Amino acid sequence: MRWLNRTFLITGGLAGVLAVTLAAGLRQGLLALLGIAFGAVLQGARFGFTTGWRDFIERRDPQGLWAQMLLMVLAAALTLPLIAGSGGELVGAVAPLTISLVLGAFLFGAAMQLADGCGSGTLYKAGAGSPLSFVVLPTFAFGSFLGASHQPAWIEVGGLPAVDLLAFGWPTALAITVAACGLVAWLAGRAARKTGRGTIDAAAPASPQALAQQLVRAGTASFVATAAPVKGTRFARRWWLGALLLAVLYLFHLVVAGQPWGIVYGMGVWGAKAVAALGWDLSGDAFWGVAPHAQRLVDPILADVTSVTNIGLIYGAIAASRWNGPADFSLPSGKRLFAAAIAGLVMGYSARMAFGCNVGAYLGGIASASVHGWVWFALAFAGSIVGVRIRRRVDA
Amino acid sequence: MDNKKVFRVGFALFWLAALALLALDTASSGSVRVEPPPIALGSGQAASGGHCSGR
Repeated sequence: MRWLNRTFLITGGLAGVLAVTLAAGLRQGLLALLGIAFGAVLQGARFGFTTGWRDFIERRDPQGLWAQMLLMVLAAALTLPLIAGSGGELVGAVAPLTISLVLGAFLFGAAMQLADGCGSGTLYKAGAGSPLSFVVLPTFAFGSFLGASHQPAWIEVGGLPAVDLLAFGWPTALAITVAACGLVAWLAGRAARKTGRGTIDAAAPASPQALAQQLVRAGTASFVATAAPVKGTRFARRWWLGALLLAVLYLFHLVVAGQPWGIVYGMGVWGAKAVAALGWDLSGDAFWGVAPHAQRLVDPILADVTSVTNIGLIYGAIAASRWNGPADFSLPSGKRLFAAAIAGLVMGYSARMAFGCNVGAYLGGIASASVHGWVWFALAFAGSIVGVRIRRRVDA
Repeated sequence: MDNKKVFRVGFALFWLAALALLALDTASSGSVRVEPPPIALGSGQAASGGHCSGR
């Protein structure tokens, strides 16, 4: 009966893409299809930004960071020449270096460890059936709406203008991006070697995260052969294959949408639509009440670029997690779920202070050669160190 | 019914409700929208979608 299940999942995805195309146009349909691919790859590779950082912070396992740096380099190499030569048809993720960026990225980094997922992680894990991400999703959307509403006031607090390295030409911008990513990867590898983690030992006990993920993996589609890396592996296949596929999808998204892949804006639109439906008047709102955002609340959700990619991503994760049958999961404690829901609220709000999450600001910013992406990375990583400590206390 | 079954039923109901709300939102949006070209690259139009970076 597995073939019937798979046929049902594929048919459901294609029907969804067709429905989006009919309702909102061919571009939106293509973006829904790309969203499904994003979700399937994220779930199939278990490509977690949050987990990758936590593995390094707790165990000095550098593989997640290496994969993220590989993704940044590939995405930048594929897209910077296109953006530079597109004459404005394609734009990068460029944002100012404000005080809100510093505060927001730090808060986001801490909260994402408690929520056990960043922007993309929350969506794909919620689709895959993780109870924790499931409770995070609504609070994340409300936080994102509220954060966007307050974003103009946060920007007023002050800061520096945006620094777009593309102004120096794409070869220079790419060279700086590659050098910076290489430096981070080298530092991560050096730290791992110092603690004897340069090569993964299959006999070593798996991290709590790996054990938890193993449980969620039951019955799911994956190109991950086993939860633990093969003995002697320096860079597990799931990481580099995930980075490669995500970079190609990132390129396709930019070419189709004209802008980099994003997550949080769409979730803010969902939150704004929800509160408006409940009677909250947003006509005088500093963000949602002005163009072009006000128009996005009038248009259907399916007409919004990030919303439609997010919806596709969730479906892709649902399909991938049920490819081989029903997915298993573990139910966290009520205390853990409550902490995750609060963390979701903080994540949504802080992501708008910081001009995006791990996808819109970290991946999009760095791959677009915008310095704000590097500031986001540094502050969110520092926040994650704090977040991992808080998480230990909540788990205890 | 054990907790896992309750969660599975809740999970399915949540996504079905989300799908219904999405359909309702699409059906009730009466605004006329100019459909953008299928591919932004080569369209001759400036990018105009909302993005987290502030646009």
